[in-house]
Amino acid sequence: MTERVLTTCVYCGCGCGCYLHVEEGRVVGTSPSRNHPISRHNLCLKGWHLHELIHHPDRLTTPLVREDGRLREATWDEALARAAAGFRECLEHHGGRGLGVLASAKCTNEENYLLQKFARTVLRTNNIDHCARL
Amino acid sequence: MAGLATAFGSGAMTNSINEIEEAELILVAGSNTTEAHPQVGRRILQAVDRGARLIVIDPRLTALAARAHVHLALRPGTDIPLLNGMMRCMLDDNLADDLFIEMRTENFHALRDMLYRLDLDQVAAATGVELQSIRRAARLYAKARKAVLCYCLGVTQHVCGTANVETYANLALLAGKLEKEHTGVDPLRGQNNVQGACDMGALPGVLPGYQSVHDLAARGKFEAAWRTPLPAEPGLSLLDMTHGGPEGPVRGMLVVGENPMLSDPDLARVEETLRSLDCLAVSDIFLTETAALADVVFPAACFAEKTGTFTSSERRVQMVRQAVAPPGECRGDGDLVMALAGRMGVPFADASPAEVMEEIALLTPLYGGIYHDRLEEGWGLQWPCPDRSHPGTPFLHKGAFTRGRGRFVPTVHVPPAEQPDGDFPFTLITGRVYHHYHTGTMTRRCAALDRECREAVLEMNGGDAAALAIRAGERVRLVSRRGSLTLRAAVTGRMGPGQVYTSFHFTEAAVNRLLGAARDPSSHCPEYKVCAVRVEKVA
Ligand code: SF4
Repeated sequence: MTERVLTTCVYCGCGCGCYLHVEEGRVVGTSPSRNHPISRHNLCLKGWHLHELIHHPDRLTTPLVREDGRLREATWDEALARAAAGFRECLEHHGGRGLGVLASAKCTNEENYLLQKFARTVLRTNNIDHCARL
Repeated sequence: MAGLATAFGSGAMTNSINEIEEAELILVAGSNTTEAHPQVGRRILQAVDRGARLIVIDPRLTALAARAHVHLALRPGTDIPLLNGMMRCMLDDNLADDLFIEMRTENFHALRDMLYRLDLDQVAAATGVELQSIRRAARLYAKARKAVLCYCLGVTQHVCGTANVETYANLALLAGKLEKEHTGVDPLRGQNNVQGACDMGALPGVLPGYQSVHDLAARGKFEAAWRTPLPAEPGLSLLDMTHGGPEGPVRGMLVVGENPMLSDPDLARVEETLRSLDCLAVSDIFLTETAALADVVFPAACFAEKTGTFTSSERRVQMVRQAVAPPGECRGDGDLVMALAGRMGVPFADASPAEVMEEIALLTPLYGGIYHDRLEEGWGLQWPCPDRSHPGTPFLHKGAFTRGRGRFVPTVHVPPAEQPDGDFPFTLITGRVYHHYHTGTMTRRCAALDRECREAVLEMNGGDAAALAIRAGERVRLVSRRGSLTLRAAVTGRMGPGQVYTSFHFTEAAVNRLLGAARDPSSHCPEYKVCAVRVEKVA
């Protein structure tokens, strides 16, 4: 059984509507939405191959922390503790000016919203930007 | 998009993508649209098939330029004199929209005085474009009833990027080509959710919905909602953060889904800066060049493993839906932020993406009526959408500009920071290709896309190649004042003499190592499009 999940292509700002084809917990194909006002049953080459990166073997699947100069696998608990301690120390020594956040045009609106709220309320800084101009 | 905000009060596409199909005239500037925005390119070609006129302003003979009725192959970085020339031609031919100027704009006299001082022969000399073509383009644009002006990074990625945009806005205001369906000014955004990241206030100077951090009332509203005082000073831009060096002001960074180690200009400086940080935490789906330098790396969920919204170039907010579970221990970046906030002793209420959207709607007038339940049916909502009964806004500035009157901002030519000279005689232009997306972290891992387009090539003109005894396919060294790299030469009629072109998707030939960090003083957009280089034969 193939399940089709309607979503939005992530490869450019046109915002085509497309379906991801899911079989046994894996995304195996992409197809355009027939009625979406932008895609209108058509995707470009990038869109047709949208699913290919999802199950790529190079995906990171565990947190990593640096120890003796090398990155090693860690638990979320340890990784979160390391990052929080690092940021807290920066905040104590340099204040909010000493911290910065790079958000992303690849993240959702909700994630970007939370990231800027985190920068402004937790790290106490307006040092937040993303690659808009690049 | 600072320039458009100055002119109109808002910096997004004024039209919807589908309106382009009905335009009588399309002016495309600095955008290789068929490759970078395929659906927009498709609409443009359809309009041309139907009889629309096409003007392309681009130094390269792009696929669209080859179909254009007028191709203004300007010298890179000379948009301002070219457009000022077009506007002067419009005044001379009495083609300005006087009624529109009188009713809807301000500061026209300053622009007119500047244009009357302009020497059109100098314009032709500076831009390398014949006066006849400039005049023809001006007439076509001014006389069309429905005219759309699209531009992309070729216009904004210059030292004078903001002024460039203001100049394009002047052109549209002078001809009265705004505020109507099928007529407007449309900046095409590069990545899928650049528009959304800007809308959400992932910018140093504005809170969500472009509410300035300086604005006491706006800040007060967020302070009340978030129950904490907020910093009033605008923050540092991306380049200030990543180019600060070991003595830079920023000592700790959280980088989410970005790879400045590939996308930034002057990469040696970025590496030095990132290595010197006391704490660098990165969240990404792959171990990118930036993640490899981090103290902590979080495995992120990709778009198919989370639910939320993206905002496309035409301001359309639409759902991205979870299709599968994240692999291994991957988590969405929203979960990461909430967990990290908790660890830092400032817990955020645990909220689903739909609940986060409610908070956005409450605090952001542009998104005031946008809720997930409304997005479940149909094809999203285009902002501004102020309340739950509002159907969304296909085109902007109907009847009035966001800022009231459209403002003319006279601009003067700013030569590119780096001019070709004896040692570095070529102008390097950079851009993207059809098969890849931004830094290639995602697309290069897609087998089919990588097969179609495996390596970066240096496009150059046949005459230049012959003068250097370079044959097509041969490896050449590209040298700038900051570094060098080798890549294969492609000899093509697309390039004008003295200009070479390559793309920035490939790690091996990270062309950004060559580029300078000169940038626009007001938008901080780095000058990616123009850099002086020389080309050497590899023995
Ligand atoms: S399918 Fe192509 S044109 Fe449509 S959003 Fe994806 S990358 Fe853009």
